[in-house]
Amino acid sequence: MNRPLKIANASGFWGDQPSAAADLVAAQPDLDFLTLDYLAEVSLSIMAIVRAKDPTAGFARDFIEVLRSLVPFYQNEGRTRIVTNAGGLDPLSCARACREILDAAKLTRLKIAIVSGDDVLAMLKHEPSGFPNLETGETLAPLAARLVTANAYLGADGIAAAIRGGADIVITGRVADPSLTVGPCVAHFGWAATDYHAIAGATIAGHLIECGTQATGGFSTDWLDLPDNHAIGFPIVEISADGSCAVTKPPGTGGAVTISTVREQLLYEIGDPGNYLSPDATVSLLGLKLTDEGGNRVRVAGASGRAPTDSFKVSATFRDGYKAHGQLTIFGHDAVKKAQCAGDGILRRLRERGCNFRETLVECLGTGASVSGVASRGDDARLIETVLRVSVAADTKEPVERFTKEIAPLVTCGPQGVTGYATGRPKVLPIFGYWPTLIPKARVAANWSFL
Amino acid sequence: MIALREIARARSGDKGNSANIAVFGRTPAAYAWLRENLSAADVQSYFAKLGVGPVTRYEVDNLDALNFILPNVLGGGGSRSLRIDAQGKTLGMALLEMPVDAEAALVTKANR
Repeated sequence: MNRPLKIANASGFWGDQPSAAADLVAAQPDLDFLTLDYLAEVSLSIMAIVRAKDPTAGFARDFIEVLRSLVPFYQNEGRTRIVTNAGGLDPLSCARACREILDAAKLTRLKIAIVSGDDVLAMLKHEPSGFPNLETGETLAPLAARLVTANAYLGADGIAAAIRGGADIVITGRVADPSLTVGPCVAHFGWAATDYHAIAGATIAGHLIECGTQATGGFSTDWLDLPDNHAIGFPIVEISADGSCAVTKPPGTGGAVTISTVREQLLYEIGDPGNYLSPDATVSLLGLKLTDEGGNRVRVAGASGRAPTDSFKVSATFRDGYKAHGQLTIFGHDAVKKAQCAGDGILRRLRERGCNFRETLVECLGTGASVSGVASRGDDARLIETVLRVSVAADTKEPVERFTKEIAPLVTCGPQGVTGYATGRPKVLPIFGYWPTLIPKARVAANWSFL
Repeated sequence: MIALREIARARSGDKGNSANIAVFGRTPAAYAWLRENLSAADVQSYFAKLGVGPVTRYEVDNLDALNFILPNVLGGGGSRSLRIDAQGKTLGMALLEMPVDAEAALVTKANR
């Protein structure tokens, strides 16, 4: 097959706009594939917590609602296929939930496939000394008992094989984000595993769309100047047989696809731009050439690739105590001074009552607290209002729970002008430490199967 | 002095407890200025109060961009950091506030 492949992204993260998929296929029914990404670095640990309470809930349930929204499209003979990592820790349960929706809608013709093999938790638990931290070199051994998840970022192979096998919906656990796009390309164009330049191009295309509207003007420096920025279109890449692509978005949507918006996303979360490591190829961005073809269409060519490394990156998480954040608004003269004093006061009162926190933080939002001490716009004393944000972390749950009950009382025991307390007590949140490491590809058995 | 945002765009993102900030010249001339004048050491000292480690700079001439890697800048990152910005979403905007000694001629009206 040599015609370009049209692939859109309909979810950049777990929590993205639920209407994106249905909007995309309504505007562009000729899309070949929708990709949906649900997994950030620590998303799987959140799923592990949910799964501990309900063994069938270890996946991104949001996707089930997305699929439900696509039922009318498929009943109307829609042909767009789907590749998603919504399977999380449990692609099988995700696939079964999808099957129920499709069968109830008499869409038995749609085949669902599962890609698995990414879960390497048992290996890390059994030989933690073999998996040092990729960033710090530290050994995992002291933390092994606290491991919650460990998943390898699989490549495009399993996805491509499932599509070649006739799958309409491919549900994966952890895969490298761009591989959601590379998989369909490999299946469609029949690339060999060693067609590194083409695979590099598709990797770039996948990287560009993996964060949804961040490729079409969302998150851009000049966001305020974008047309219709209330309804930015989700991105589409039209990938050619050589791996080059055109980035675009559905007609009539907001945002912009220009050299500026595309190149900002090209370097999003990139380390060395000459050595972008993906499981499918090692990619250089240094020869990329962007051409604005007008009408919200930018051509991206010139990706170069070479053989990938012989290991998969693994993202592991371990339990690391508890935290909570409390927020209140303080208005009036000396607002920032009062907020700081009130925040310090909560922590002092708790310490005097025997609470041990390993870390605390008082932030006065409005003063530049997001990058404390780095950038501000003048004297904090001029602010008539600030949001006080107090945070604590501890190894055990009790002191954190106690903290959550100390925020609202500031309304009566704190300075005059405290408001914004109606949202209830803060939640105690588990902390998950992040442990990036590597595993030899030969030790990981990636596979796919139909449901 | 002008603010960096008058001649540049930026985008930041996280990887564990590290972040990257890509800085783009608004024009080829602005990029040439950045390449000559915005060093890894400048960025490191600008973010010193966040505890940043040794900053690395990559030049991406084909995109008129410099890519800065900032280790240990997120207070633990991801789920561990207590900060309002645990994932470096604001770092690009913060860097664009940097006062720089660039000629006003680099600021074109169309770029404002």
